[in-house]
Amino acid sequence: MQTAIDIHSEDGRHGRGAATASLRAENVHKTLGTHPVLRGVSLAAYPHEVISVLGASGSGKSTLLRCLNLLEVPDSGEIWFRDEKLDIRPPIGQNGARIGDARQARRVRASLGMVFQSFNLWPHKTALENVTEGPVHVRGLTRRAATERAENYLRKVGLIERRDHYPRHLSGGQQQRVAIARALAMEPEVLLFDEPTSSLDPELTGEVLRTIRALAEEGRTMILVTHELSFAREVSSRVAFMQGGRIEEEGPPDEVLSRPASAGLRRFLDPAC
Amino acid sequence: MDIALIIESIQTLLGGVVLTLELTILSLLIGFVLSVPLAFMRASRSPWLSWPVLAYTYVFRGTPLLVQLFLIYYGLGQLAFVRESFLWLLFRDPFYCALLAFSLNSAAYTIEVFRGGIQSVPPGLVEAAQAIGLSPTKISLRIVFPLAFRTVLPSYANEVVGMIKASSLASTVTLLEITGLARKLVSETFAPYEVFIAAGAIYLGLTFLASRLFNLIELHLSGAPPDKARRPWLLKLRQAL
Ligand SMILES: Nc1ncnc2c1ncn2[C@@H]1O[C@H](COP(=O)(O)OP(=O)(O)OP(=O)(O)O)[C@@H](O)[C@H]1O
Ligand SMILES: [Mg+2]
Repeated sequence: MQTAIDIHSEDGRHGRGAATASLRAENVHKTLGTHPVLRGVSLAAYPHEVISVLGASGSGKSTLLRCLNLLEVPDSGEIWFRDEKLDIRPPIGQNGARIGDARQARRVRASLGMVFQSFNLWPHKTALENVTEGPVHVRGLTRRAATERAENYLRKVGLIERRDHYPRHLSGGQQQRVAIARALAMEPEVLLFDEPTSSLDPELTGEVLRTIRALAEEGRTMILVTHELSFAREVSSRVAFMQGGRIEEEGPPDEVLSRPASAGLRRFLDPAC
Repeated sequence: MDIALIIESIQTLLGGVVLTLELTILSLLIGFVLSVPLAFMRASRSPWLSWPVLAYTYVFRGTPLLVQLFLIYYGLGQLAFVRESFLWLLFRDPFYCALLAFSLNSAAYTIEVFRGGIQSVPPGLVEAAQAIGLSPTKISLRIVFPLAFRTVLPSYANEVVGMIKASSLASTVTLLEITGLARKLVSETFAPYEVFIAAGAIYLGLTFLASRLFNLIELHLSGAPPDKARRPWLLKLRQAL
């Protein structure tokens, strides 16, 4: 797997021949409160790539992921979905940055599956209803077609027999797998995972990681924020290490994790030294 | 105390139950329909949306319902534009005056109840809905409101019970609902004690039924295990919410 060489042009195309990044952040800055959380981050995910984002707590990983689907709107910089630049209005005076084109934002979000650390399943809907919500109310599928699709994805994450359970009757690992099925049912271009196993008991992380590994093996494009180093090394085509709101180091996992160039990453990988 | 007279009174006063229920249920329905969008405005971060609603709820919760009722009943007729328009067809009838006063009052309380519920919905659940590209209206109606409603159901049940009791004020504008009939009966029998005990007993029955209904709804919404059989009408109600 080659590393990304950012020879980009105005139309959002990058190096790597004519390949267009599925999702790309370009020099993104974001301040939350008074804290500059992202200070010029560029990251591109090409089709079939799995990118793991590592970094200490507070380094801006979640904020970066949330900027990619505009849950957080960058103060400056660009977000590109394939060859489409997202319409972002910079902050004016007291008002923060905002989405310029709400329709575009919704359409793009529908193509970016997001899996949250705290699952965020809707507690008043069953597993199946959580998964059919998007297909019916965003994609406009009939209920019958959406149910069929949802059942396929629930089967895929191994929870078809829990389809009529409410989230509170599911374990954390099961809830997270339903959340993954919910994201998959939108048939997204890119999957975004924000520490999907961090709020799980250790004995439940395995089932979720297995599900994510299977998705990586299918060749899905994914950006994964994680603290699971060995998992990141195993599934990623590239890892990016964040520190202080910047990407400090980026490259193939074996290179970056075995021979870290920066002092920050060396400390992160081996806090003892 | 004359037990026979109480029982006789109950029989007479039951004739007012329909009007009491009409006033209560219609006011609650209108109040509900008004309060859902207004509660979202009230919960909005934009002062342009929230302040006018706050002013409305402040006025209607800060003044007695009886005063509001009198203002509408005696006051609307003084306004030329009401007298000279089709509105007069409605508001020369005390029923519609009471209905208007009760609906506006109920909406004011319900707005504040729902606002609390809306603000208690965890932001992550809204973000999950945004992340799949759901539109703001659908997020409000399919995710936020159903969750808010579940949270505030006990407070909303109080509002419903309160409305049943408050509907007795309709008797002050000549309506012969339970209390109105009771007053009429007292003037005929000169037995206020028995008659109002009878009226109280009927209200108690109604509020008891309302509380039971809300207990059932609450029990159902708080999620019976999936294998437990559901009553079909409750299932329909749940889907409607
Ligand atoms: N609303 C806010 N106002 C001020 N600072 C904020 C706000 N939200 C987040 N921050 C700060 O932004 C920084 C980066 O947050 P972010 O969640 O992106 O980090 P992270 O790398 O995902 O960390 P973690 O591993 O803990 O999830 C943190 O230091 C956090 O305290
Ligand atoms: Mg985070």
